[in-house]
Amino acid sequence: MSEHIHDATNVTNPEHAEHHIVSPLEYTVVFVTLLLCTALTVFAATLDLGVFNPIVALAIASFKGVIVILFFMHVKYQSNLIKMTVGAGFFTFLVLITMTLSDYISRAWGLW
Amino acid sequence: MKEHDNSILRLPDQATAQVPKKNFITAEDGLMSWLLTGDHKRIAMLYLFSITFFFFIGGAFAGLIRLELLTPMPDLVASDTYNKLFTMHGVIMVFLFLVPSVPATLGNFLIPIMLGARDLAFPKINLLSWYLYIIGGTLTLTALVLGGVDTGWTFTTPLSTHYLNTHVVTTATAIFIAGFSSIFTGLNFIVTIHRMRCPGMTWFRMPLFVWAHYAASILMVLGTPVLAIAIVLVALERTIGIGVFDPTKGGDPLLFQHLFWFYSHPAVYIMILPGMGVISEVISTFSRKRVFGYTAVAFSSVAIALFGFFVWEHHMFIMGVSNYSALVFSLLTMLVAVPSAIKIFNWAFTLQKGSITFETPMLYAFGFMGLFTIGGLTGVFLGSLGMDIQLTETYFIVAHFHFVMVGGMLMAFLSGVHFWWPKMTGRMYPEALSKLAAVVTFIGFNLTFLPQFILGYLGMPRRYHSYPPEFQILNVMSTAGATVLGIGYLMPVIYLAWSLKYGAVAGDNPWQATGLEWQIQSPPLTENFTEIPIMDHEAYDYEWLEHKTAHEVTTVG
Amino acid sequence: MDSATVNPQAEHDSAKHHHVSLPQHRHHFETEEQQREAGSFGMWLFLLTEIMFFGGMFFAYLLYRNWYYDAFVAASNTLNVKMGAANTAILITSGFFMALGVWAAEVRKKNLLVLFLILTTVFGCAFLGVKYFEYKEKFELHHVPGNSFDVSQFINPPLNAQGNATRPPLPPDMAQKTQLFFFLYFAMTGMHALHMIIGIVLLFWLMGRAQRGEFTEGYVAPIENFGLYWHFVDIVWIFLFPLLYLINLHPLAH
Repeated sequence: MSEHIHDATNVTNPEHAEHHIVSPLEYTVVFVTLLLCTALTVFAATLDLGVFNPIVALAIASFKGVIVILFFMHVKYQSNLIKMTVGAGFFTFLVLITMTLSDYISRAWGLW
Repeated sequence: MKEHDNSILRLPDQATAQVPKKNFITAEDGLMSWLLTGDHKRIAMLYLFSITFFFFIGGAFAGLIRLELLTPMPDLVASDTYNKLFTMHGVIMVFLFLVPSVPATLGNFLIPIMLGARDLAFPKINLLSWYLYIIGGTLTLTALVLGGVDTGWTFTTPLSTHYLNTHVVTTATAIFIAGFSSIFTGLNFIVTIHRMRCPGMTWFRMPLFVWAHYAASILMVLGTPVLAIAIVLVALERTIGIGVFDPTKGGDPLLFQHLFWFYSHPAVYIMILPGMGVISEVISTFSRKRVFGYTAVAFSSVAIALFGFFVWEHHMFIMGVSNYSALVFSLLTMLVAVPSAIKIFNWAFTLQKGSITFETPMLYAFGFMGLFTIGGLTGVFLGSLGMDIQLTETYFIVAHFHFVMVGGMLMAFLSGVHFWWPKMTGRMYPEALSKLAAVVTFIGFNLTFLPQFILGYLGMPRRYHSYPPEFQILNVMSTAGATVLGIGYLMPVIYLAWSLKYGAVAGDNPWQATGLEWQIQSPPLTENFTEIPIMDHEAYDYEWLEHKTAHEVTTVG
Repeated sequence: MDSATVNPQAEHDSAKHHHVSLPQHRHHFETEEQQREAGSFGMWLFLLTEIMFFGGMFFAYLLYRNWYYDAFVAASNTLNVKMGAANTAILITSGFFMALGVWAAEVRKKNLLVLFLILTTVFGCAFLGVKYFEYKEKFELHHVPGNSFDVSQFINPPLNAQGNATRPPLPPDMAQKTQLFFFLYFAMTGMHALHMIIGIVLLFWLMGRAQRGEFTEGYVAPIENFGLYWHFVDIVWIFLFPLLYLINLHPLAH
């Protein structure tokens, strides 16, 4: 029998995660990447990519958002609970967007 | 334990028993100690008083509505006054009573204790929640006093944005603020449940009451902000005329409705899930049996929360949405009924071969099971696209939601208040009177709302204060029922208040229930536990309870 | 098991590594680790509400951009892309300094923390300053929706030196819809700016406390959690910029 109380709910140290301190170097790399992506998105907007313009713009913005979340907001080094929470938030946001869109898109299909 | 008893109530010897001198109520004195408290139990009491106050205001409006509907002619109040009556009734009952009822009172009080924690994760935010609720409520009353709002609690556009000149912005602001109260309560619960369970308290050892609140809290956190943005946009549309809901400027009124119902449908699950949690606890205790299919009930709570996000358009079937999306949402609505049905089945199987007794909480619980089932089934009728075209905006809908919310949720709330009253106050309520009140409520409820199903089916529209004369007899029945119902609701206020001073001393565990809250004194200490417990048995473990009490010193009897 | 309650502290300390009990330790938490995790989790839940709140406006934008694409393009091209891009860079830099501030608190360097908080605030204020000039320009050009809105410049766009239209002219009813774009522009950037202002007020408060050394003795939660808020506001702008400013920079091409 171990010395300490069996902590079935792991409240004291969730997933025994060591508290990781993100270094200034990592932050700087992310920072520079973000600036480059900003320049890239402006540049891409000047090109005529037709229907791909908004797709590229949103893809770059999503990438920027993801690296801010993972590194500036430390989520990469946090517990699974935090990761799932972030996921749940964006999932619900997507539900709002797509399911409401389902009405607007299909209105134009006419009555049967 | 005598086998032939028809009650499981075990009170301590009243000649010698005393309410413990040191408890959370006596811990500190003075108004400020209550208004600035961080103690989740005190905050729960503050909420209990406030929501009871708003309940009776909302109830007064209901009384006036039913009074007007006694006669087919619009002879009691003017048309827009009538509109104000049902709007304020809806706003107060939904946002100021039903949404906070069980979570903010019973949830706040019990969740930390049930988990073996000393308090919720963020006590100051808990207090802030209550103040936001009070501010929202005061602002609602202000709107009322200034002249009221007559849009219906649903603020449907473009009526609310372009065609009415009442205090929409004030009421919208009030709801915005009250919404944050709800968000912070949910946030507190989620963090507490994830991170503050005592050692040994795994997810599947938690009482189902906690699971239900967890699911409801997710809805509070994710759904309420969409309501917030919807009413902010209404306020901007009214004040600046930005056109986002105005067809003449290119806007779409249905956009508001999508955003509004994206919250308001999950809101009905926010309202009912905590009540279902209460029912799980009560049915188990008064059948002396563990809840049948614990895992199914736990997962069904989460499933209701998840599916609840996918069905909101069923409130908009006649509003001009595309038929294709209506089809999809109708199908999804059928699906969302399944987890609720799973719960009813599980409760029924809990009852089977249990040792059932009929104390007041159990009476309310039986009322819940029957009335919620009826209400839920009528919801399935309404979810079916073809039926909904006929039944929506009639009294069928009114009956449907009153069955689930009043016959369901309010009964669950009363069941919970009676069940945990001895724990919260240390005093027992008078059983005979409370049973009478429960029966009166049940009779009054059915008399009020069953006729409304028929009225709706026959075509009487809702939100109208006059109707064809052939509907009068059913309306008179409904109003008579409402009077009886009102009496049924007044009685508990009176005898519960009476019991605070004159009720029997309850002792720690008058119902011989399982659960950590029944292992501590009544009323509990401020810090709940003298030592953090270690959970070493499953939920609803009556064998563990018997084993424990058998080893306790008892008086010779 | 005859007793359900045991004092876990005595047995637990021997297995736990030694830690100093901070003055900010709230006693309904068992350990600081628990308190810190709970605080962080709570802040993330609050940010979820912000996602859903802004989400409603993003949907409104998505809908009307689809319905009135030409109007949105024309209106979007009156925005100053250079200022918008500069603002994006400014806000990212502000976020960078905030992240460094969290690091400074974690490694207990008080003066660095205060410096980084100051830099975060400076860049945050710079962002708001640029926004002020943008709004001022919009006001002067009669692009603010309402009574002073001037729709004629969209029906008859200004001509360039060669006498060609600088942007495609819009039919009058589509030109009216540019007001919807500008409303959404002001609502979304305004709501964003409001969150920035709240953040800056909080930054001043945090700077004061940081200067007193409150966050460099092991208690970093307020800095960490404020950082989460600040980065979230940054992410909202990261999406607002391309959606509002970069819809279609060459509408004359097709």
